[in-house]
Amino acid sequence: MARTQLRLVSEAHMPQSTRPIIEMKGVSKTYRTRDGDVPSLKPIDFTINEGEFLVVVGPSGCGKSTLLKMVAGLLPPSTGEIRVQGKVIVQPHSGVGVVFQQPLLLPWRSVFSNVMMPVEVKGLDKDVYGKRAHELLEMAGLKDFARKYPWQLSGGMQQRASICRALVHDPKIVLMDEPFGALDAMTREKMNVELQRIQRATGKTVLFITHSIPEAVFLADRVMVMSERPGTIAAVYDVELERPRTLDVMADPRFVALTQKIRHHFYAHGGLD
Amino acid sequence: MAQAKSRLSVGEILQGPWIRPVLFLIALIVVWDLAIRVFNIPPYQVPSPVDVVITLYKEWPLLLREAMPTTGATIAGFLLSAAFGIPVAMLIASSKTVESYVYPLLVFSQSIPKIAIAPLFVVWFGFGIFPKVISAFLLGFFPVVVSAVQGFKSVDPDLLDLARAMEAKRFQTFRMVSLPFATPAIFAGLKVSVTLAVVGAVVGEFVGSNSGIGFVLQRSIGNFELPMMFAALVVLSLIGVILFWLVDVIERVAIPWHASQRHDFVVAA
Repeated sequence: MARTQLRLVSEAHMPQSTRPIIEMKGVSKTYRTRDGDVPSLKPIDFTINEGEFLVVVGPSGCGKSTLLKMVAGLLPPSTGEIRVQGKVIVQPHSGVGVVFQQPLLLPWRSVFSNVMMPVEVKGLDKDVYGKRAHELLEMAGLKDFARKYPWQLSGGMQQRASICRALVHDPKIVLMDEPFGALDAMTREKMNVELQRIQRATGKTVLFITHSIPEAVFLADRVMVMSERPGTIAAVYDVELERPRTLDVMADPRFVALTQKIRHHFYAHGGLD
Repeated sequence: MAQAKSRLSVGEILQGPWIRPVLFLIALIVVWDLAIRVFNIPPYQVPSPVDVVITLYKEWPLLLREAMPTTGATIAGFLLSAAFGIPVAMLIASSKTVESYVYPLLVFSQSIPKIAIAPLFVVWFGFGIFPKVISAFLLGFFPVVVSAVQGFKSVDPDLLDLARAMEAKRFQTFRMVSLPFATPAIFAGLKVSVTLAVVGAVVGEFVGSNSGIGFVLQRSIGNFELPMMFAALVVLSLIGVILFWLVDVIERVAIPWHASQRHDFVVAA
């Protein structure tokens, strides 16, 4: 195993800009409860570059969802500051689109109308963004389902629609909190391929949260491994696998080696390696 | 071929969901009639169904005329309970402070027997339609509030996070997420409320009125006109059923997306 070169730089790899788009400095989170303070996230410093696909992988309760909510501006950090595109985040902002674990489509709205919800809320031009919504739905393979209602769609389709909704107002950053966690394994793999395609096509910066190690390695430019509560960064790995990746990449020795290495963070506290 | 087809349709009619309660009702009426004959029950205690039907037929114009004020009071009371109940529920659900002040008192107020205080409304508002409306309103109000509070409070917190992530204003979140989410629960409350409003209107008519089905009920029982009393009861139930059905129809139109309505909706689409 040791001979596998994890840091191998491939020629086909897309050159990433190194302009930071999300910067975290000393960001930590402590929840105040009746039984006292519960530290959820130890102070972390981290930077995500523009156009990067960053996947955070960690066990349940390591504060990875907390991290995402803070970047979205839904939760204030206890210490430190988060800057998105240079601005300090204190409340929800239009620079991001969020995809949650559940599709959270409103059952009284058609798929198209659901996708248009951020446009309505923000009072953007309905004609311009309506066209964009249709293009996104087409890209997600939901062209014929625009007029359908969410409950008439399968789970995978619903989640794709919710990704369209996160993209419709053209945010630079998409935050995804275990978006495929509720899907079956096969649909999940298909969705991973789809998401990779969508991300390459749109050039968005993605902060993706998962507890699936293969999913993390398959999708990521960089994988951030988090340790158990209170969460902290255990390691960061570059994934130097060529794009576009197919599901066959999972048999690639570099893929196998990296998943193995990440797995050791969770199962071998004594430090095998 | 044609015969086979028609036999099939007869079978289908017997399978129809509306036919079953009707069949059961007919069975109950037959049992009623038999019980009177077998146990020799005198007509001044329980009238025979035939007598009730005859009275219904003969006195239909009168009953219909008396049904009007009752229906009017019921609808007015019901609309008032919706108009007040839903905003009160919104206030209770949106503010812990308001809830802590108002909700316990509201629950406590329900333990006051409204039927006992109905005469008070006559003292306050006289013999017109007003005491009936108030009485219908008081009975219909509580179920609307309870169901609507439940509806507003059970909005998925993730949905609220979603709206917040979109930078939705408070009112936008309410209009786009909370209100539609609570609508099915509100309708559940409205259905209970409308049937209770009928009761409220009749109670209002019992204590102080010279018109309405409640008045007919009281007068006929005073004169031992049992068939008339039963006929009035039939009319009263019809009012309740029709109003309930109307609310149900409005619900279908208002929330075609809800799980309870989807079957019809898919067929209609």
